[in-house]
Amino acid sequence: MSAPTTRTRRPDRRHEETVGLPWFVWIPAGVAFLLIVLPVLGLVQRASWSRMPELLLSDAALDALRLSLETAAVSTVLCVLFGGPLAVVLARSRMPGLRTVRSVVLLPLVLPPVVGGLALLFLVGRTGLVGRALDLWFGITVPFTTAAVVLAQTFVALPFLVVSLEGALRTAGRRYESVAATLGASPGLAFRRVTIPLVLPGLMSGAVLAFARCMGEFGATIAFAGSLQGTTRTLPLLVYLERETDVDGAVALSLLLVVVAIVVIVLGRPRGSEGLT
Amino acid sequence: MKRLLVCGVAGLAVAIAACSSPSQAPSSGGAAESRTLTVFAAASLTESFTALEKTFEAQNPGVDVVLNYGGSSDLAQQIVNGAPADVFAAASDATMKTVTDAQLTAAAPTVFATNVLQIATAPGNPKAIAAFADLAEPELKTVVCAPQVPCGSATARIEKATGIDIPAVSEEPDVKSVLSKVSSGNADAGLVYVTDVNASKGRVQGVSFPESSQARTDYPIAVVKDAPQADLARRWVQLVEGTEGGSVLGAQGFGKP
Repeated sequence: MSAPTTRTRRPDRRHEETVGLPWFVWIPAGVAFLLIVLPVLGLVQRASWSRMPELLLSDAALDALRLSLETAAVSTVLCVLFGGPLAVVLARSRMPGLRTVRSVVLLPLVLPPVVGGLALLFLVGRTGLVGRALDLWFGITVPFTTAAVVLAQTFVALPFLVVSLEGALRTAGRRYESVAATLGASPGLAFRRVTIPLVLPGLMSGAVLAFARCMGEFGATIAFAGSLQGTTRTLPLLVYLERETDVDGAVALSLLLVVVAIVVIVLGRPRGSEGLT
Repeated sequence: MKRLLVCGVAGLAVAIAACSSPSQAPSSGGAAESRTLTVFAAASLTESFTALEKTFEAQNPGVDVVLNYGGSSDLAQQIVNGAPADVFAAASDATMKTVTDAQLTAAAPTVFATNVLQIATAPGNPKAIAAFADLAEPELKTVVCAPQVPCGSATARIEKATGIDIPAVSEEPDVKSVLSKVSSGNADAGLVYVTDVNASKGRVQGVSFPESSQARTDYPIAVVKDAPQADLARRWVQLVEGTEGGSVLGAQGFGKP
């Protein structure tokens, strides 16, 4: 997940091409590629194109799209604001127990999202550890609100940002920061003027991944936030519901999610970068 | 790219062939009559059908009943897409219609049980909810099923018949999600089936209301067309519709058709 991106180290591609790939790489590579492409083609061929405008322009669909874009954007900002510094700590600090912290940060990536949703429910739900106090002292209940959707998305998307940014920080190394320090820059100045510009592409692709993960979030949202049009029913939740009665509608909305995903990948990927960072 | 595609098609074909070898073959039990009856049933039938499974296996030695529970519409979609079911028991006429429309039932479905909604509250009913009209209170956090699913369409029918509008804080995709929002204490009230309240074993308390009869849900059952075990499937339907089935279902709160 941390392919090198620094321009200085990029090998000369002309020499790379002269070494052919062994045949046994092609078959599994092709299988992997088809496994991703064919299901999407299945979705496309099942779509009812004549009903598409009506299905995508319904109130329910527009509300869900708006809610998905808004919540995913807010969640991504939260991921950058809080996950960014966490990645810096993981990559740069010599704090004891760093390995443990890193493993814990990966948890949302490995856990089924619905487990994350339940965990959130038992923390900030009305009878949860923190939620009970919030309800008692401030009269705030988190579940069934848009804030709950954002919380669920941020929870599942954080590792995506942290992992890719930490990789970028490690690849970039500390040489430039050391030079800045010898030239008299304070840690704060070196961080702002050297580190951040250096890992900006990594931060961008991490943010794009986090945004995409937020757009696709389902399990934690349904378990923690519920499902109500305009408040908590994001696109994936609407797809799940539409599938009950109107498969055409579910397929149309699924294709909308595919299009959004493709746009996000194309727009957000720094040009010429390979790998995640 | 072209090479990648060609290799992929070949490889995928091999992989699928390897993975999809028939898994229906019963394990070599040695008995002459070692057969498997596959029953697809709505999730709300879990307790009843699991109890009837033991009876059926005792009455039919060598037969293994495999019960596949799920949301009725999911199961219907699976059957339409070729899932190997012998019997389908759905939680609504609408989901059974998916299968009959595809002409995949051996005979017309018959209704074997009915279900009605009940208000689920926290144990002890702390908000003192006594009637359907109480759910109109905006301060109350009420959770219902979305109108797209059977329990939600039943809710909508009662709302329409009574003219009472429930300001729900969430419209869940299935009845068990409603139940869990109430049993976890995050919602004050939820509309679920009376059988769900019974199956929750005291984690929620049920409040009956007379308007529930406005939206009785029928449970149809049918033998799937070209069922691999057609005779066993018919025997299963007889058991469910017979006195034994009736008493097991009645104990869970189901009504008679």
